[in-house]
Amino acid sequence: MSHGSGGRAMAQLIGELFQRYLDHELLTLGNDQALFTPPPGRLVMSTDGHVISPLFFPGGDIGSLAVHGTINDVAMSGARPLYLAAGFILEEGFPLGDLARIVESMAQAANAAGVPVVTGDTKVVERGKGDGVFITTTGIGVVPEGILISGDRAEPGDVILVSGSMGDHGVAILSKRENLGFETEIRSDSAALHELVAAMIAAVPDIHCLRDPTRGGLATTLNELAHQSGVGMQIREDAIPVRSEVAAACELLGLDPLYVANEGKLIAICPPDQAERLLAAMRAHPLGAESAIIGEVVEDPHRFVQMETGFGGSRIVDWLAGEQLPRIC
Amino acid sequence: MTAESIRVRGLVQGVGFRPTVWRLARACGLSGDVRNDGEGVLIRVCRSDDGDDPGVSGFLERLREECPPLARIDSIERSPIADVQELAHLAQRQDFVILESAATAVHTGIVADAATCAACVAEIRDPADRRYRYPFTNCTHCGPRLSIVAGIPYDRARTSMAAFPMCPDCAAEYKDPADRRFHAQPNACPVCGPKVWLQDAAGHLLDPTAFGAEDAIAAASRLLTEGRILAIKGIGGFHLACDATNPDAVAELRRRKRRYAKPLALMVRDLDVIQGYCRVTGREAAVLAGPGAPIVLLERGGADRGGTSVDDAMAFDGFRCALPKLESGHPSGGDGFRCALPELGLEHPSGEDGFRCALPILRDGAGALRPLAADVAPGQTTLGVMLPYSPIHHLLLTDWDRPLVMTSGNLSEEPQCIDNADALGRLGQLADVLLLHDRAIINRVDDSVVRVMAGQPRLLRRARGYAPTPLPLPPGFEDAPPLLALGGELKNTFCLVRDGQAILSQHLGDLEDAKTAREYERTLALYLDLFQVVPEALAVDLHPDYRSSLIGRDRVARDGLPLIGVQHHHAHLASTLADNGWPLDAGPVLGILLDGLGYGSDGTLWGGECLLGDYLDFKRIAHLKPVAMPGGTRAILEPWRNLYAHLESAGGWAAWRARFDGLEPIERLDAKPLGILSTLIARGLNAPLSSSAGRLFDAVASALGVGGEVLTYEGQAAIALESLASVAMDRVGDGYPFGRSTGPTGEVLDPAPLWEHLLADLSRGRPPEEIAAAFHVGLATALGTLTLDLASRHGISTVALSGGVFQNRLLLESVTSGLEAAGLRVLLQRQVPANDGGLSLGQAAVAAARVLM
Ligand SMILES: [Fe+3]
Ligand SMILES: [Mg+2]
Ligand SMILES: [Zn+2]
Ligand SMILES: [Zn+2]
Repeated sequence: MSHGSGGRAMAQLIGELFQRYLDHELLTLGNDQALFTPPPGRLVMSTDGHVISPLFFPGGDIGSLAVHGTINDVAMSGARPLYLAAGFILEEGFPLGDLARIVESMAQAANAAGVPVVTGDTKVVERGKGDGVFITTTGIGVVPEGILISGDRAEPGDVILVSGSMGDHGVAILSKRENLGFETEIRSDSAALHELVAAMIAAVPDIHCLRDPTRGGLATTLNELAHQSGVGMQIREDAIPVRSEVAAACELLGLDPLYVANEGKLIAICPPDQAERLLAAMRAHPLGAESAIIGEVVEDPHRFVQMETGFGGSRIVDWLAGEQLPRIC
Repeated sequence: MTAESIRVRGLVQGVGFRPTVWRLARACGLSGDVRNDGEGVLIRVCRSDDGDDPGVSGFLERLREECPPLARIDSIERSPIADVQELAHLAQRQDFVILESAATAVHTGIVADAATCAACVAEIRDPADRRYRYPFTNCTHCGPRLSIVAGIPYDRARTSMAAFPMCPDCAAEYKDPADRRFHAQPNACPVCGPKVWLQDAAGHLLDPTAFGAEDAIAAASRLLTEGRILAIKGIGGFHLACDATNPDAVAELRRRKRRYAKPLALMVRDLDVIQGYCRVTGREAAVLAGPGAPIVLLERGGADRGGTSVDDAMAFDGFRCALPKLESGHPSGGDGFRCALPELGLEHPSGEDGFRCALPILRDGAGALRPLAADVAPGQTTLGVMLPYSPIHHLLLTDWDRPLVMTSGNLSEEPQCIDNADALGRLGQLADVLLLHDRAIINRVDDSVVRVMAGQPRLLRRARGYAPTPLPLPPGFEDAPPLLALGGELKNTFCLVRDGQAILSQHLGDLEDAKTAREYERTLALYLDLFQVVPEALAVDLHPDYRSSLIGRDRVARDGLPLIGVQHHHAHLASTLADNGWPLDAGPVLGILLDGLGYGSDGTLWGGECLLGDYLDFKRIAHLKPVAMPGGTRAILEPWRNLYAHLESAGGWAAWRARFDGLEPIERLDAKPLGILSTLIARGLNAPLSSSAGRLFDAVASALGVGGEVLTYEGQAAIALESLASVAMDRVGDGYPFGRSTGPTGEVLDPAPLWEHLLADLSRGRPPEEIAAAFHVGLATALGTLTLDLASRHGISTVALSGGVFQNRLLLESVTSGLEAAGLRVLLQRQVPANDGGLSLGQAAVAAARVLM
């Protein structure tokens, strides 16, 4: 593959590739934009650049991840995602076969989610100036009437739920990238969560906060929410679902699964009297079958996220400046 | 008539100093007055006109001699009074009087809680005294202070004694300068003061008479005899107590508290009882019996010599004998105590190195001295022992001729309880019965810990009995502005600077714990109020994730103050200098700083450092070779990871495995998922390089199979290694070799060469205690040689040793004696811990130096 204006043949190849897999009518029209009439309601929009090594991993690849990540960011407002846009930056020399796999996977993810890619762009950069392929996806969606979900709405007394096990994605990526060879293969949880969200909203319209604990994991996301809402959070270590193989891998690697990324899980915060109902709705959905109540929002001027440990102690789950750096002298 | 004023500086407020002045002045026939003010105590005395009056000199001489027990006179300055009006005013005094404190910036005299004095103990033991068996007896020379204070000025209204108005008898004592209880704020008696009671975990009151006891404390004592576990509310917190000689009770306490390995502290009625279990030197006895009444780490000895592997081989019915010569009178099995050696077909080891047989002590009566339960301090050659320090303890231990376990009242890792409701909730599950009282503990103050090393008592944990007594900063720091240093992460203390003094908080603990972190901020606010400090700059550790650093950064963002980052080991160095009165302008010293780890100024993790520096700045001129910590924090908890990393670093695991195939530690490592660890190391993935000395100790401990596969408390492996080595230090000759090289970051001390010797010795069957000792000797020798080289290269004659690894007595003493023999002056920590509990003092000194210079 060559780059720049000279790569007309290549651009045509890519064009064909996208046409073949991403065959939504708006895209195949061949315009530089997608034209549509939005349904009534408030629109939300989100964009996310996807950079990942390795590009292919157990449970997904950069293509499906780019679709799921943006759908989830849109859905965490309570919105129904409508359309996606995708921008590709390819490094010169990137194997066409891999690209085809990625585009196909992207198409499958978008189709399965019912959220089509309706416009896109591709650029090729010189060899050495990119890392294979980067994909930026933008999503647009519409929030149903009466739904107000925001990171600043957590109130003391609210209940904190998660939709399933923590840390799968990050450990899957790491073990594939570094070829760690754990006994059990750990798969990424990459998934589109908007249908789970729709089911949750249908059961409990007054959800206060939703967020997907991606980079930095559960711990970082809870700290963000605590900070935004000006509250503390009290969670219970025993209640947080972590797959045993993920826990074992994390112990071996010295990582805390609460700081490890997820791509198919969400955190929900709702009033206490709605929690059981919400939990039931989450568990009824296949992507929330292992949902759990993990703690409560509390009043706390320090905005600590604190965790009752298995030993009955209470540890501060901090926002880390960078990587997980030892602190014990 | 002429008059003079006498300025006394030191610890002279809130310690019964004015009444002493009053008493002595009257005894010397002087008239005048005495008062507290912002600088200390001011005495004014009149004298006749004819020259030097021996009365005043004699008075001052007696004042120094009869200085009250909790007071400390730093200086006395005399000057004549010239002011005519003042003279006229004084001339009217026929008598000597105590004046109310001057209103100007009174320093409030918040002092440390002090152990019950002998006079008060005598009262509670005297059936005729109105305070007979009264558990809150105290006086100006003893009793609670920091633990009950909520604000200033320090008077009863701002302590938890506010709830107990004094009865007329107590009030009369309080007002009488001739009384031992003059201005004793917590003064109390059975009529007006706090009370104790017993209740069960469900909250039901228990009637002492149901146990045939005269009061709640006597009933508590009886319950302990029966093997029960009690929660006991004391001065600065709760203890969990049980009979230390009852293995079932001790095991049950460990199980409930979920503290499976860390040694348990003991409380013992008196020195005689201690001597049955430990060897006590004069210095140790003095510390034990002093007003601080800390836990003192004592070498096991006496009847119950505890275990290293030499002794373990001789273990018999949980009892050990290490007698040079059998003496007559060994009971044969009467109480299950027999000398194990003949049974094992062993000779008693001879030699004067402290082995004594316990059994002769039993001659005086079977069962008079019972051995400690084995898991009071598993694998330790030391015991942590304290004497009773409140009337509650004195009364509780009256009938105890054996030790009680007195461990902090909490679950493992949490701060201990301080209030009744919390205790019922948290300790109700841990204790069978609670001994409570209604005097609130305002501030948690843990038991202090002291170890006598290199001839001096050295604090390992500075809390009850010591904090918040100010430490004078060395010469040159007089003009330091008010400062706040926020300390480290674990074993945290913070430090205020004011008027040339450093005021360290009591040990607060681990800031990763949420309760401790909250308490930290509350205690900080209290100290700023008590000592009226408005900091002009803040000092923090460089570690980006220490909670104390986060708090510091938040505060400066809010208050717009300068933030001074102090490198961890520079703070350890400066702490040692300040601890030893090293003047601000006295120039650089060589610091040998060994600890677990601290954040280096180059962003890597340090922990085996040789710094050339003063208060202001430092240069890293040598360090241990950095070795990976595969798994980051996990490597701190699992010593075997460090053994693997060290072998990998010292020529590669594969070579060692081939060479020592079949050797126990090699086999043990081989069963671990080493492939993944090697990837972590090779890829630098959560395997930070660290020059940590602590991790080297962990690696060696792991090679010897001591200290546990997964550590449950800080320093566990290193302590096990020290215990092991302690019996063999004099018989190993040369220690293991270390390598030396010069790199871009200075001299590098490389432990690699020791592994060849260590593993070869191990495969040859050399006793592990000799291997442990050869490691200690080798490290001490290598550090000594390195230090001497560097000292001569840089023209330095003073060396400072600090960092948590120097809580190791063997290492501290060998390095110190080696350097002193070579003519160097060696500075060691004494008043503050060498561990991170002393960091805040160093941070404060560095910050003060930077602001001043
Ligand atoms: Fe340290
Ligand atoms: Mg995003
Ligand atoms: Zn007293
Ligand atoms: Zn009274």
